[in-house]
Amino acid sequence: MALLAITVLGHDRPGIIADVTTALAQRDANVEDSSMTLLRGHFAWTLIVGTEASVEQVASDLAFLSSDDLVVSVLPVTDEQEEAAGPGSSFIVSVHGADRVGIVAAITGAIASYGGNVTDLQTRLGGGLYVVVAEVDFAEPMDTDVLAGRLRAVGQTVGVDVAVQAADQDVL
Amino acid sequence: MTSLQVELPAGVVRQVVTAPAAVLSAPCEQVDPTDAEVVQLAADLLATMDVSPGCVGLAANQVGVPWRVFCLDVSAHPKTRTCHGRFVMVNPQILQASRNEKAREGCMSVPDFTGDVKRATRVVVTGQLPGSGESVTLTTDAFEARAVQHEVDHLDGLLFIDRVVSAAAIHKRKVYLD
Repeated sequence: MALLAITVLGHDRPGIIADVTTALAQRDANVEDSSMTLLRGHFAWTLIVGTEASVEQVASDLAFLSSDDLVVSVLPVTDEQEEAAGPGSSFIVSVHGADRVGIVAAITGAIASYGGNVTDLQTRLGGGLYVVVAEVDFAEPMDTDVLAGRLRAVGQTVGVDVAVQAADQDVL
Repeated sequence: MTSLQVELPAGVVRQVVTAPAAVLSAPCEQVDPTDAEVVQLAADLLATMDVSPGCVGLAANQVGVPWRVFCLDVSAHPKTRTCHGRFVMVNPQILQASRNEKAREGCMSVPDFTGDVKRATRVVVTGQLPGSGESVTLTTDAFEARAVQHEVDHLDGLLFIDRVVSAAAIHKRKVYLD
């Protein structure tokens, strides 16, 4: 079973997901992880699909979407192992401020420089307010206040406020 | 505070069932708390919880038994305030729940995911003790309140993934290095 990464982007309408998954099911292609949202009103979906079919076959199955102002890409990907996080080292980083170029670059650059890996990210622009929420894992233990202090300092250089919370998960 | 600790026979560790499994998705039956099999199940739930790292509670259907029984012990958890220790409750029913708060929770029966779930931070729950069948009502808060609701949800056939707050609220469970 090979894995394919499929992206579907473009003008939103009801039924896109149903149409895509029906075509994939007919090809016996299994949708594994996927994430869909609307980005400034545009339909945006990324899927990892397990299938015996070729890239060309799946691309051809989904070619009908192009008449709908949707751009589809199909690429082969390898099976990735997710890395373990260190204990007490997962955080939710929330950023907000007046919109300008370079906010995400500044904050994520700082996170990367401390060895942090972003595992989930949303950026939203509403009115003039820019909001970023990222989940970040560190391989080594990291103190919430230390991380918050460092990211707040970087945030000041681009005029944004930064808040950091430990991303606790409790097993019940 | 109500004492919930009772004498039980030696418990046997049982296998924990993981989703998807029909027994996790159906409401459990009311049972007689004085029945010897129920008393043994109470002991087995505690024994199974004790050998499961990080486990603070277990519902009977998580070991494959569709009866309204759960065990709990949040005494070692840092988010615990009010704490009733290590106990088993039979035929539990939540009477009052208030002051919702969102937190990320995981479950032994859903080992690969966590989810953001709103739960009341204050609850009043009533039920019976195994063996004597004595009726007890407990009032609790914070992490014990969350854990009670999670276990009672199990007995109602609900998993945390049935209660997540949004489409973006299901996460891969983090695997921590020791």
